[in-house]
Amino acid sequence: MFFSLIESLRSALAAIFANRLRSFLTTLGIIIGVASVIAVVSVTGGMSAFIGDSFASLGADSLTIRSYTPFEDLMKGIRSRLTPNDLELIEKRGEGIASVTPVLEANRSSQIKYGPQTAYSLIMGTTYAYQDVAQSYTQIGRFLAQSDNLTRRRVVVIGEDVRENLNLPDNPINEYVELSGEWFKIVGLLEPMGDIMGQSRDNIVLIPYSTMVSILGNQSRIDIGIQLSLTPTASLENVVSQLTTILRSAHDLGSNEDDDFRIQTAEQLMEQFDQILGTLTMVIGGIVSISLLVGGIGIMNIMLVSVTERTREIGICKAIGAKSNHILMQFLIEATLLSLLGGLIGLLSGYGLGMLIANSIPDFPPASVPLWAALLALGFSGFVGILFGILPAAKAARLDPIDALRYE
Amino acid sequence: MENNTAVINLKNITKHYEMGSQLVRALDGINIEVKRNEYLAFVGSSGSGKSTMLNILGCLDRPTSGQYHLNGKNVAELYQNDLSEIRNLEIGFIFQSFNLLPRADALNNVMQPLVYRNIGFHNRRKMAMEALTRVGLKERVDHLPNQLSGGQRQRVAIARALVTQPSILLADEPTGNLDSKTTLEIMELFDELHKEGHTVIVVTHEEEIAQHCRRVVEMRDGKIFSDNDSEEKANLAGV
Repeated sequence: MFFSLIESLRSALAAIFANRLRSFLTTLGIIIGVASVIAVVSVTGGMSAFIGDSFASLGADSLTIRSYTPFEDLMKGIRSRLTPNDLELIEKRGEGIASVTPVLEANRSSQIKYGPQTAYSLIMGTTYAYQDVAQSYTQIGRFLAQSDNLTRRRVVVIGEDVRENLNLPDNPINEYVELSGEWFKIVGLLEPMGDIMGQSRDNIVLIPYSTMVSILGNQSRIDIGIQLSLTPTASLENVVSQLTTILRSAHDLGSNEDDDFRIQTAEQLMEQFDQILGTLTMVIGGIVSISLLVGGIGIMNIMLVSVTERTREIGICKAIGAKSNHILMQFLIEATLLSLLGGLIGLLSGYGLGMLIANSIPDFPPASVPLWAALLALGFSGFVGILFGILPAAKAARLDPIDALRYE
Repeated sequence: MENNTAVINLKNITKHYEMGSQLVRALDGINIEVKRNEYLAFVGSSGSGKSTMLNILGCLDRPTSGQYHLNGKNVAELYQNDLSEIRNLEIGFIFQSFNLLPRADALNNVMQPLVYRNIGFHNRRKMAMEALTRVGLKERVDHLPNQLSGGQRQRVAIARALVTQPSILLADEPTGNLDSKTTLEIMELFDELHKEGHTVIVVTHEEEIAQHCRRVVEMRDGKIFSDNDSEEKANLAGV
């Protein structure tokens, strides 16, 4: 069987190249199908690799706790809150925590003014521990200090974007900006952090936590976020369950009540994002597999035509000793090869298309095709070739030698 | 070279077709024996059953009834795949319209039957070159069929039939598409092959072709009308 298989392969290639244009048009369905899958996968693949890197820079072992109000309660006017009391409990009783800091976002105006310039920014009240938790350090000046918090000093640390938006000098230290009608002295400028999912992490204004509390006024309504980082030996799972126990008892939750807070890790965020990307890829993959199916039907159609055209050849081969399986293999190999070649062309042009898309969008990560996608695309197109090659090949193999020889 | 081994032995072979509601007896009780190294022609007008005869002898078709022993093996009841193998091993076909593979050059055409024997490329090539040299086409092995003249094409077909070293060479109107000069050349080639010990069977309606053959079997209405071999025997018996 071996040498006749090689011969089948050779003559299949000869047949495909004898009708170059027709072969190309036949496989166009497969080419377009595979090219679009690969283009999508290469773009999302590049994006996901890039986002993985960004999340890693967030600090893999940091946690964020926020209050969580179910939609139903929100409609009833009930709001869950995390309070400074919760923070205190965590500081006292939490184990495996390296540093912990409250984060209090301005809930009314996020305006910041410098001279005639006004900018909008994320304004957060936090403590000196924030720099370790968020791995965000100053390039010029100093970070918020513990004494700033104790004395409710009116000092501010700003991100690079804020400096630019307000036309502040390259070294903005000791300049004064206006926040909620109060004057704040700039003490530090943060290192640029870059974007994450298209959002700048440098458009940020940090003031001492207690200063923020006093600006917000009514303390009873304060809902803080808590960020913390773990000690290197602590297990994420243990810390999460410990925090859950502390907060549940602090909030007097019964065993049948749901948590009124959410503990998020950077890893979770990344998983969520990966899930979204995965779903997107699957949906597009599904749509595209339909086009591969259509491509397969195209191949079957042309192979049926080809069998009819070559009826006489089939008769000759049978007369000189070809068995049914020789003829079957001949046409099956031809259909599969046709489809595989289409898959290969689709793979290359899809990758090219992906690179083109990635390059034409500024700041977009470069396209990359994972090996599994390339193998899957080729495997699937080969499978389509076999699937849709069987019918024409069986038709050829069943031909009666006398009728086939007589065929004009 | 003469010996008495029967290569072909047909016993009471019939072949019936249904055409519409009518039963056509294409072959009707054929009994014939062909010995090794015979040079035989089946002649007859169209509709005499000689084409059906060729299909049966060439194992392209199965008889409706009767026994066909080819080299001592009954092939009358074999199925298509087994018949393919028999054709590959025992029979060398030469057709009126040459029936070469159009996309393959002369060498590949001659190598093709050996592919089905699963012979490796180098041996295939060697055997095919020998066969092409035998028919005088050594210089044209890389020509495609449409680059060859009719006579040359038929030589390629003969080389393809010879390359498998079959028990019988079976030619169906081998010169039907050739001019008279080429016809003579091809028939001379058949004469030589016969002298070399091949068993040659020609199906034809042309008298001149039949004249090359030692034994001429004339068919009419699906029956053997005359056979000069049995006449000779009868003559001998008569004397």
